[in-house]
Formats: sequence, structure tokens, C-alpha cells
Amino acid sequence: MNDMRPLERIVDTDNIKISAKGCQVYYGETHAIKDVDVQIEDNTVTAFIGPSGCGKSTFLRCLNRMNDTIDICRVEGEILLDGENIYDKKVDPVQLRAKVGMVFQKPNPFPKSIYDNIAYGPRIHGLAKSKADLDVIVEKSLRRGAIWDEVKDRLDKPGTGLSGGQQQRLCIARAVATEPEVLLMDEPCSALDPIATSQVEELIDELRTQYSVVIVTHSMQQAARVSQKTAFFHLGNLVEFGETGQIFTNPTDPRTESYISGRIG
Amino acid sequence: MADATANAHKRHGSLTQVDPRTRRRNAAEARFKAYGLAAIALGIFFLVVLAFSIIRSGVPAFTTTVVSLEMNVSPAEIDQAESGMLKTAAYTKLFIAQLGSQMQEQGIGGEVDPEAIGRILGKVGNDLRAFYQANPDAVGEPVDFTVNASSRVDGYFKGRVTREGLVDSRFLVATDLDVVDQLTEAGIITRQFDWGFLLGKDAGVDNPGGAGIGASVLGSFFMMLVVLVLSLPIGVAASIYLEEFAPKNRFTDIIEVNISNLAAVPSIVFGILGLAVFIQFASLPQSAPLVGGLVLTLMTLPTIIISTRASLKAVPPSIRDAALGVGASKMQAVFHHVLPLAAPGILTGTIIGLAQALGETAPLLLIGMVGFVAREFPTGFWDGFVEPNSAMPAQIYTWAARSDVAFYEKAWGGIIVLLVFLLIMNAIAIVLRRRFERRW
Amino acid sequence: MPVLWIFLIVLGIGALGYVVARQRALASVGNDPRHLHSLPSYYGYMGFLFATATALLVLIIWLIAGPMVIEKRVAANLPAGVVEQAASQNLLMAEVRRVANGLDNAVAMGVLTEGAASNARADLTDMTARLKEAGQVITQNVTVPVLRAAQEMRQANRTSKTWMAVAVIALAVAGAALAVLRAQKDFRARNVVERGVRWMLVGAASIAILTTVGIVLSLLFNTIEFFRIYPASEFFGSLTWSPSFGGGSELGIWPLLWGTLYISIIALLVAVPIGLFAAIYLSEYASPRLRSVAKPLLEILAGIPTIVYGLFALLTVGPLLISVFGDNGLGWMQSGTAVMTAGLVMGIMLIPFVSSLSDDIINAVPQAMRDGSYGLGATQSETIRQVVLPAALPGIVGAVLLAASRAIGETMIVVLGAGAAARLSLNPFEAMTTVTAKIVSQLTGDADFASPEALVAFALGMTLFIITLCLNVFALYIVRKYREQYD
Repeated sequence: MNDMRPLERIVDTDNIKISAKGCQVYYGETHAIKDVDVQIEDNTVTAFIGPSGCGKSTFLRCLNRMNDTIDICRVEGEILLDGENIYDKKVDPVQLRAKVGMVFQKPNPFPKSIYDNIAYGPRIHGLAKSKADLDVIVEKSLRRGAIWDEVKDRLDKPGTGLSGGQQQRLCIARAVATEPEVLLMDEPCSALDPIATSQVEELIDELRTQYSVVIVTHSMQQAARVSQKTAFFHLGNLVEFGETGQIFTNPTDPRTESYISGRIG
Repeated sequence: MADATANAHKRHGSLTQVDPRTRRRNAAEARFKAYGLAAIALGIFFLVVLAFSIIRSGVPAFTTTVVSLEMNVSPAEIDQAESGMLKTAAYTKLFIAQLGSQMQEQGIGGEVDPEAIGRILGKVGNDLRAFYQANPDAVGEPVDFTVNASSRVDGYFKGRVTREGLVDSRFLVATDLDVVDQLTEAGIITRQFDWGFLLGKDAGVDNPGGAGIGASVLGSFFMMLVVLVLSLPIGVAASIYLEEFAPKNRFTDIIEVNISNLAAVPSIVFGILGLAVFIQFASLPQSAPLVGGLVLTLMTLPTIIISTRASLKAVPPSIRDAALGVGASKMQAVFHHVLPLAAPGILTGTIIGLAQALGETAPLLLIGMVGFVAREFPTGFWDGFVEPNSAMPAQIYTWAARSDVAFYEKAWGGIIVLLVFLLIMNAIAIVLRRRFERRW
Repeated sequence: MPVLWIFLIVLGIGALGYVVARQRALASVGNDPRHLHSLPSYYGYMGFLFATATALLVLIIWLIAGPMVIEKRVAANLPAGVVEQAASQNLLMAEVRRVANGLDNAVAMGVLTEGAASNARADLTDMTARLKEAGQVITQNVTVPVLRAAQEMRQANRTSKTWMAVAVIALAVAGAALAVLRAQKDFRARNVVERGVRWMLVGAASIAILTTVGIVLSLLFNTIEFFRIYPASEFFGSLTWSPSFGGGSELGIWPLLWGTLYISIIALLVAVPIGLFAAIYLSEYASPRLRSVAKPLLEILAGIPTIVYGLFALLTVGPLLISVFGDNGLGWMQSGTAVMTAGLVMGIMLIPFVSSLSDDIINAVPQAMRDGSYGLGATQSETIRQVVLPAALPGIVGAVLLAASRAIGETMIVVLGAGAAARLSLNPFEAMTTVTAKIVSQLTGDADFASPEALVAFALGMTLFIITLCLNVFALYIVRKYREQYD
């Protein structure tokens, strides 16, 4: 992509998209996230790493209020998106999620055609005025999801018939189709084979040009490959947050160092 | 693509302002939710209406209107009555004389119209004669004599018959109601709990007051014994085979498909099966609880097999492995370990299957277990299986199909009795499940 | 000897076999059970099993087949002219059976002496009178051939019973003896017993197949019998149903099928929306507390016997509808029993059926599917309508088909609530009748069992069985496929 270079500069601008302050999450009695402060920049890939059960996925799901669907989950503190608290009473989670899209661990295409999978978001949000509009959006999204060439001849076939990697890229394209500003990815490659993983990683890097991407990953190599910023979570605490290079080469906290060197996790 | 990036921040408005489209979507959401709530409310409403009509119409069946009078008849009077040609008429006169004197004592009315009494009390002379013949000691002594009022008088107390709606007939005329009111005031006509309904047998179409459900409760009881004795062992054996031993082959497949289909075959088809196989072909007696039990056994077996298999499946394989690991044979592992652990679940399923069978009507009608057969009590335990009898639901059906509205009340009352039995059975099943069910 | 006694004797021999075989096995190793192949009790079980299994099997077969063989022989001995005089051989044999039973009962009651009952030259009128006096049901005056046949039947029955007792007990003794002989230390008694038990289990499982075979055969034979005396083209082609027990009936199935269909459609129109919405609310929206209250409450509706619904239709809903749609209201309805009444009540009955099946099916849709939709900013109802329901559609269709099969086969509600008139009409406030209701009325009426008016019930039953079977097989197939998809 030729227009990558001018955009590189935007990465450097101190453009905060999401900022969490004193965020606490409780699952019933369990205190799952303890007092997390983090600032996520626009046009940046931010990786959340940490051992399993450390709360990184839970925190990610707070960013678009997916935790609302779990009855016993309670969130305290504030999370600002472009300066507005998303846990404000006046905020409609439906509008929020249109702004903050999400891709899940396991590819979860709807049992519909590929076309309808992509068109689902634009339809419910009323983004297309006509069928032609919708066609354009679907093609654009599939191209952005880097899967257009593979599926353009079978748009009316069910999305469940694709391979795992294709399904995940379809899900990314589906998330992109609603024109979000932030894209949350919850271990998007954990169910994929290495080839599909590298395709998705490549895609993530491209998406950074237009979105703020937050990715939860198990794999430190992946975090190192795709992200510019990295946050390390441990037992519900945000231990360290900083430039990816710095975290991996020169961590300040001993826990981070232990994790990265493979002593805990 | 560059322009898409440029206006990235303007793609969406502020989060705190709900845009019109979202407002519309949220309204649709609220509507949808309301439909769901309304559906549940409607379902529960139907249940409440059903329960209300059962209780309102059925409870009166448990009381009856009786006339009780202290009789003091001398031996001479009895002899005189017995010597006449119209014995019952003479006894009726005796009764009316006693009634008249007692009413005068209390200072109510004076003249009693024998015809009115006849209409109010039915064949009181018959009853009185039978009473004195059964209790010869009572002659010459003051005794309490109680007799059922006619079903129309009973209906008057239960609101079935009203003064406004009453059309004079040979059964009841408007002035009779005045007499009834006087007698009620005098405490001669009272309402009391009707043991005859619970313990009695069916009566003829002209005698709704005398009809009771007792005989058909016994019929149901004998049927349930047959169902329990046959379906529990057969059902458990079949389930053990299918769940633990059956190889995966065509034969097993056919059985599996068969069982799930049998569970959905209309009950009336089982009635046809019973009629053709047990009565036509095997010449078993008609209307016998034994045959009813056999039909219901075939009908409940699929239910019991399905629930038994579920409880066997719920026992974790580690238990079997443990038993096999110490050298038990497969049969021993199943009978010593798996079956006892699954027993509470099996019992629960069986009770629920029995409850289902208890309420089944249609097949019974085809093998002749209709209500009017329940005229006699079984003469002994073993005879109870083969002597013609009815069953609770069939008895209710027969009452509902009769034209006299007084029988409708009996039908509703019968439903209360039936539902009480079902409630008890289900309660036992729930308690069993709560007490013994394990979660693995 | 009564069957019960034979049964008890066989059990006694079995118990004896248990004790002796166990003792003998123990004796063979000098009372040290460790040297036996199987536990001592297995040798005992073997003794019991060998004694009882074959004997009881023979007993059952004899009890079923014996009377059939005897009847056939007696029927063959009937003088040729008699059969032609009677309406049919079946009826004649029924009469013979009745007389034979009557003689038995009369002897048991002491009205007749054994000698008089078997006396071949007994006075006919006297015999009839005595039988009637003893309360035995005799439809007509007993004729000579019938009495002879009845006496012959009694004789044969007695002989058969004696032989049966002898054979069964002999078999039991032989079996027990065989087991006792085999009870030696190296004999693998456990394996033998387990094989025996296994066969019993197989036998129990086969009862399901036997039931289906029984249903199909009993429907088939009688249906064939029906079509022999009534043309199938009329049955399937005629648009009128007017049975008259004097003969000359028109027995077209269409009015009944239409009634069945119409009532089922109304029932489904009530049950499917309510049941489905209730299921959606319970599985997607309801708090655990509401769910734990509302779900069992709705399921009570499924546990109520159909006779209760029948009465509810006849005595509550019918009059209620009349007060709204009757002559005092809109004037559309003549009597309380109508398609609408039965359909409405049947719909109420089916609500929990639809709702609990749909509930299961909706719950089987993976949460990931919902998350995907919420993650795109869909509201809950959009998720349900556009993702969950389409995913659950096959299962829900299966559930609705099962409910339809229930509705078609339902009897008591239509017998009491739908009326008795068979007609082809579009007006839901008119009385109509159904296949099931007519099966009941044709088989519980006074019709002669061999007449087309009674036999038509079997043809109706066959039709009902085939329709519901197809629906069930199809629905179960769909539901099964659906479950596999998300397992």
C-alpha cells in the first residue's frame, strides 16, 4: 500500500481514543479487574498480553460494554471514548458498539450467506440507502478484510462453509462494514493455523491505518509482530503499559520480565 | 481511502445523544420484549382461568343437600305399612307425618304437601323402608334418619336452579322452593360433605345425586398397578440394553427410531391396538382394568424408556470403568453400580409416566371402560383386574356427555379428584428428584 | 389348575433349583467357594433360570395359542349349514364362546351341575333359561349346534389346560435338573446367567418393535376387511360422511380430514405465536427468578390431562364464545361446540409443548452467534429476529410439526368440544368433527363389529397413524439434524 507512509506520522501524534480511569470489574463476588488506567491511541495497534485468567479479555469486553450481556458482571470507574464516558446512563450500548466493533476468539459467522453476513451491520444501522449502496459497502468491506478475491464468486453461499481463516477474515470484514472507529479483537488467531494467522496479522496491520485496534493475544510473538503499544495484565492488575519494543526488551516491572522470559504464565 | 481516514472522527455523533434511528430501534426492542411478556402472561392467564373454572364448578360436587329428621316410628306403624299394598307410599306418609309434627313443634308452617315432599326428596319411602329393614332395632326408638334431597333441590342450593329461571315441571315447582326455604330454616335441610361422591359408584342417568367416583378410582388404581408392575421392569430392562449393551447396528437403530415414534403416536391408536389385539384377538374381557393397564403400559413404555435412558446416561463412565477395573463383569458393573445410582431418576421418570397414564382417556373408551360400567365395586383384589370397571378420566367423560347439567358438576368434581392424584404423584416425583438427584 | 397356581409351582421349582444347584456347586469344591469359577449364587441363579425361563415361555405361548387352536378346531366341526345361517363365522364363534363361558360360570355358581353342563342331550330351552337366570349374557336362544360346539370347546379347553400344566411343570423340573447336573466347579455359571439376562434385556427392548408391529397389523387387517365390504374409492372419494347403522352409509373421509385440519390450524395459530414468544422471552430476556417461576407454571398446562381440557372446552370456553359470538352477540355461532372452541382450547394445551421445545432449541444456538451480533451493535431483538431465530429455524419447524401431529391425534378435546356433525365448511363457528372423534363414536356405538360402520374406524385409524407417523418421522429427523449441527 502506497499511502501507508504519510499515515505513519499520525501514529506518532498523541491522539487518545480511549482512556480508562480507575476501572474495576466484578463478577459476582470476584474482583476481576483491579483499578486499571490505560490510554489507547488512535491509529495504533495496542496489544493486551498476560497469562490466562489475568483479565485481559474481560477488560477488552468492557471497552464496548459486551459485559452488559452477563447478568452478574459489574463495572466501576470510567472509560472515556473521545472524551465521553461510555458507562454514562445516557449512552446506548447499541450506539456504542456501532462505534467500537468487535472480533471474537472463535470465528462466528452467522448461518447466512456471505453477503448477508457483511450486510447485517449496515442494515441494522441504516448505513445503506439502496441495494446498490449496500453492494458497494459489502465489496469495500470484503476488500478491507482481504477476502474479496476468495469469495467474490460465491457471495450467496453460506458463510459457515468457509475455512477457519477465511471465516475469521469474514468476521473482521463484517466488523469493518459498520464503519467503527475502534476495533476490538479477542485472540482472533487462537483458533487458526499458522498460515491463516499470518494472513490475519497482515490484515491487522493494514487496519491500523483507519482504526484504533486493540488486540488480546496469548502469543507474545504475535504482540511483538503486530502492536505498537503493549499492556501486560497479571491477576487483574495492569502491570505495565508502554511501547511494544520497550516492554519486550526492557521491561520495568519484574513480573513483566518473568512473563516475557517464560517463568510465569 | 485517505478521505475515509480524514473524517474518521465524524463517522458517528456523540454517544450521549441518542439519534432518531437508535430511538426507533429501541422502541422496536421494547415492543418485541412486550410481546414476549404478553405471551407468558397470556399462558399463565389461561392456566388461572382453567384453575378457576375447575375450582368454582367442581367444589360444589363435594357437598350435598340432605334432609335429616328425627324419626320415631312405632312397631305398629311399621306393621301397618308393611301390610298394605303400596308399601313405599305408606312409608312416605310416615315420613311426612313426622316431618309435619316436627315443623309444627318449631312453629313453621303446618300443612305439608306430600307431592311437594316427593319432589324435594325423591323416593323417600323407599329409603325409609330400606333403612328400617336394615336396622330393625331402630323401630320404636327415636333415630336420626338422613336422606339426600333431589338433585334439583341440591341445584337450588348450589345456584344451578334459581327461582327466576325455574319452569314448573313434574320435578319441581316454584312453591316447593318455599317449602325448601322453610325446611332449611328449621334445620331439617342442611348441606354436608358428600362422602358418597368420593366413595360411591356411578348411578343411572336419572340420579345425578347418587353418582360417585369411588368405583372408578379403584378401576384406575388397578390399571396403575398393572402399568407399574409391567412398565417399570420392562422399561428399565429395555433401557439398560439400549444404553449399556446394544451394539450399534441396524436392529438397535430400528428400536431407537421406533421408541421415539411410539412416544408421539396418538393415544387413540393405542386404544385401537388394545381393542384389536387384547379383546378381539386374545379374547380378554372387555372393560377390564387389566386390559386398560396393558394398553396404558404400551403407551407409557416409550416415556419411561426415554427418561430411564437419560438417567443411565447421566451416570458418568468413570463409575463403569472403576467397576470393570476391579474385575467385575459388564453385567455386574451395570446392576451393582450404574443402576442403583440411576434409580432415583428412573423412579421419577416412572412416576411421571404413570401420572400421564392416569389422565389418559381416549384408549380406555375403545376397550369399553366407559363410565357407566362402574356400577359395582370389584368383589375382590384379583377380581378387580378382570371385572368390568371404569377409570377416573373415562368416568368424567361419561358424566360430561350426559344431558343433565347436574352431572357436569360431578364431572368437574371428578376432575378435582383426578388432579389431586396427579398433584400427589408429581409432588412425589419432585421430592425424589430434589432429595436424591446427583450432579456429577 | 388355575394359571396362577401353575405359575407359582414353576417359581417354587425355580427356587428349589436355586438352592440345590448352589449346594451342589459348593459341594463339588468341598464348600470352598474360592475354587468355583463363579460365585455360588450364580449357580443358584442358573438353577432358577433354567427351571423358569423355558417353562414360563411355553406357558405364555400356550395361553395365547391354545384358545386359537381350539377355536379353529371347533369351528371346523360346526355343521356346514349353520355357518351360512349366521351373519358370519366370527359372530357365530363369539356366540359359542359366550355359551361356553356361560356354562363355566353357571357351574361355578352352582346353577348347573357339571353333568348337566356337559350333557349332550340337554334340553335347550331349559339350558337357555338357566343360563339367563344365572346372569350369563346370552343374546339369543341357544341352538343345538352352538351348544354342542360350546360343550366341545369346554371339553377341549379342559384337556388343553391339563396338558399345559403337565408340560409346563415337566419342563420346569427338567430345566432345574439340567442346571443341577451342570453345577460343577469348572462350569462357567456366571457367563450362562449373564447371557440369559442379556436375552431378557433384548426381549424387553423388542417390545417397542412388537408394539409397532401390533399397531400396524391390527390396523391393516381390519382396514383390509373394511375395504372388502366398502369400496375404497368411496372412502377416499366421497365428500359426505353419514353413517347409518341400518346400512346404506356414506363414509367419505374428507369432511373428517377437513375438520381435523381446520381445528389443528386454529390450535397452531394460537399455540405457535404464544409458545414461541414465551420461549424467546424465557430464554433471552427473563431473569433467572422469573424463569424459575414462569417456566414450571407454563409446563403445568402440559401436565393437565386432555379430558380436563375437553370439559373446559365444553363447559367454559363454549358458553363463553356463545355469549360473544352467539345469537345474543354477533350471531355467528349456533352452539357452543364448534371448530373455534376446540381449536382454541387445543391451542392452550399446545402452548407449553411449543414453548419448551423451542426453548431448548433456542438455548442450543451458540452464545458466540449472539456475541457476534451484539458486537456489531445490534439490539437484542434484532439479534433474536435476524440471527438466533434463523439459526434455530429448522428446530422450531420440527417443534411445530410435532405440535401439529399432537393436534391431529388429539381426541378428548374434539370429542367434547367440536361437535358431532361432519361437514365441509369454512365457518370456524360451526360444529365439525374429526378423524379421532369419529373413531371413538364408531367403536363405542352399538354397531355390529363386522359392519362397515364399525370397521371404518380402523381405516380412519390407519389414516391417522400414517399422517402422524410421517409428521413425526420428518419432525424428529429435522430436530435431530439440528441438534447435531450445534453439538
